[in-house]
Amino acid sequence: MSDSRPLEHHVSRAPFAPEDDHVLTADQERLYAASQWTMMWWRFRRHRLAVASGAVLLAMYLGILVSEPLAPYNLHSRNVDFIHAPPQTVHLFHDGVFVGPFVYGLDYRLNMTSLKREYTPDPTKVQPLRFLCRGDPYVFWGLIPMDRHLVCPAEGGTLFLLGTDRLGRDMLSRLIYGARISLTVGLLGIAISFVLGLTLGGISGYFGGWIDNVIQRLIEIMRSLPELPLWMALSAAVPINWDPVAVYFCITVILGLLDWPGLARAVRSKLLALKEEDYCTAAEMMGAKPSRVIGHHLLPNFMSHLIASLTLSVPTMILGETALSFLGLGLRPPVTSWGVLLSEAQNIEAVVLYPWLMTPVASVIVTVLAFNFLGDGLRDAADPYHHH
Amino acid sequence: MYVYLMRRLFTMIASLLAISVLVFVIIQLPPGDFVTAYITELESQGEMVSEEKIAFLRRQYGLDRSPVEQYVDWILGILQGDFGYSFEYNLPVTEVVGDRVLLSIVVNAATILFIYVVSFPLGVYAATHQYTWGDYGLSFLGFLGLATPNFLLALVLLYLANLWFGTSIGGLMDPLYIDQPWSLSKALSVLEHLWVPVLVIGTAGTAGMIRRLRANLLDELNKQYVVTAKAKGMAPRRLLVKYPLRMALNPFIADIGNLLPQVVSGAVIVSAVMSLPTTGPVLLAALQSQDIYLAGSFLLLLAVLTVFGMFVSDLLLAALDPRIRLTSRGRR
Repeated sequence: MSDSRPLEHHVSRAPFAPEDDHVLTADQERLYAASQWTMMWWRFRRHRLAVASGAVLLAMYLGILVSEPLAPYNLHSRNVDFIHAPPQTVHLFHDGVFVGPFVYGLDYRLNMTSLKREYTPDPTKVQPLRFLCRGDPYVFWGLIPMDRHLVCPAEGGTLFLLGTDRLGRDMLSRLIYGARISLTVGLLGIAISFVLGLTLGGISGYFGGWIDNVIQRLIEIMRSLPELPLWMALSAAVPINWDPVAVYFCITVILGLLDWPGLARAVRSKLLALKEEDYCTAAEMMGAKPSRVIGHHLLPNFMSHLIASLTLSVPTMILGETALSFLGLGLRPPVTSWGVLLSEAQNIEAVVLYPWLMTPVASVIVTVLAFNFLGDGLRDAADPYHHH
Repeated sequence: MYVYLMRRLFTMIASLLAISVLVFVIIQLPPGDFVTAYITELESQGEMVSEEKIAFLRRQYGLDRSPVEQYVDWILGILQGDFGYSFEYNLPVTEVVGDRVLLSIVVNAATILFIYVVSFPLGVYAATHQYTWGDYGLSFLGFLGLATPNFLLALVLLYLANLWFGTSIGGLMDPLYIDQPWSLSKALSVLEHLWVPVLVIGTAGTAGMIRRLRANLLDELNKQYVVTAKAKGMAPRRLLVKYPLRMALNPFIADIGNLLPQVVSGAVIVSAVMSLPTTGPVLLAALQSQDIYLAGSFLLLLAVLTVFGMFVSDLLLAALDPRIRLTSRGRR
């Protein structure tokens, strides 16, 4: 065979490397190397509304850590000269001159015909806001005595961005303090329902047999009951003279106690499907105890789904607490939650005169919407290997 | 069908028994009983209550016996139509309950009807017009409807009506007819006032059902048989109604199991806010004053209403879908 004559057909002269076909681009490399949780994060990130909702909720929960300095007034600070004062708006310019953020002071007048308190902004009283200033003293986290606030009214002035209630307490401050109770009730309740649902659903799905039957019947009965009347009956049973903290815990337990059936059902159906898998049999063969098989091999498979569905049931809890406190069966003053604040708005005549008493409605709706969007995004992200 | 009916009947009775025990336990939970509350009230008014009178009251109301005996007494009485005695009203419970249960049933049934009638066309529209402005609009409204708690919606509506018209939209009939015997004009008046509470209670349910029907129908519409039928030139409307809609309809109707407890729950709090003459406000008052028998009766009646409603809907569903009545436990 002659060396000089080329072959009749084309032959690549590049060095032969059999793996070349399988070389991944950097992007693919990243994708395949990513852990499940990283992929979930990528997927979740694409859901803009869910990310925004998550940010809002994060800000709210961080906010309840620092309610005291965040609120311009204390929870129970009363301004007896300003009962049912309307919200003050923040201005920047006075007579065309820049002054920085300020409010106009309120002039009080009793309308002798309607006997209504009337407050009018007085354009001569310019009250610039102060920032990081000294205001009502408080004990931060119940430990450190402090008096710094993020924003306070001018010396001798007022700052009611959302108006005041019938005792002259600043609504905005009360809303900020109320978030503490309203936002945590949902989390504690969900924790209880999570433990119950996981345990009962796990037992039911893993062991099957008569115990499964009993738990399933129980779930069916619980699901056929109207939730709210039962919540009402249970919280009416909480003694009125108990310590507020005890009442708070009772309410969270009550909320969590009726919410687990949906979760237990989901856990059971997942377990039923998964326990037939080979790796599960293998683990059993090697002598793993049921708790280890469930906790170590099965649960991680659908943990993400559980978290997503938990996020979606937090709003139910928040609404439950709001409804109960609104009806006067849940938390009672001096404990302040959004529901307690709203119970002041029960008198519709008062609301027509002082509509700012309804502001807690807005915060409840924002929270519930945010949790719904976040839950939707999480649910989509929970199964990153699934493509539509 | 007969076997299915018997099995379903049996589970319903078992549920009702379990519920009655639960209700009894709940109403026994608060420390003290009505007599203690009554006596404290008398003493706060400066009246002296003798030991004998206390013992007499306890014996009269059967509070001195064991809980089991009290329960058996209570449940046997209920089966004979005796719901006990309301301490607060000083009337037999049946008289306090009166029209209220009927009106509760009317409100709940009307709400369920409203939810189905409204969500069906809207759900079909959203699915057949996916990713159009109409679909987006409905989704947005749906989210808002789901997120707005119904009692807050009631509060806002009451406020707006008061602000714009200066009238109250609370109540369920013209004040004229309150405590009047039933007549045609009274029934008409109820119908006239019914739409506000129905709208308020039904909003969340409607939003949920629209979403559900849309998802179900979209699943069906993306299946191959639909493509085949389309390719063979079947008229779009006929294609939609004949196959996918039927398939999507079943879970839609079966969902009443989730819907009913939700509606009953909503009705209680909305009627308490809007002071409707239904069971809600009385249940609330009875719970607050620990009027045991009254609260227990209302709680039980509400639960029975829900369980029975689900029983009826299950039977209807079984008549509609042979898969349900033929497989031993097929559903959910």
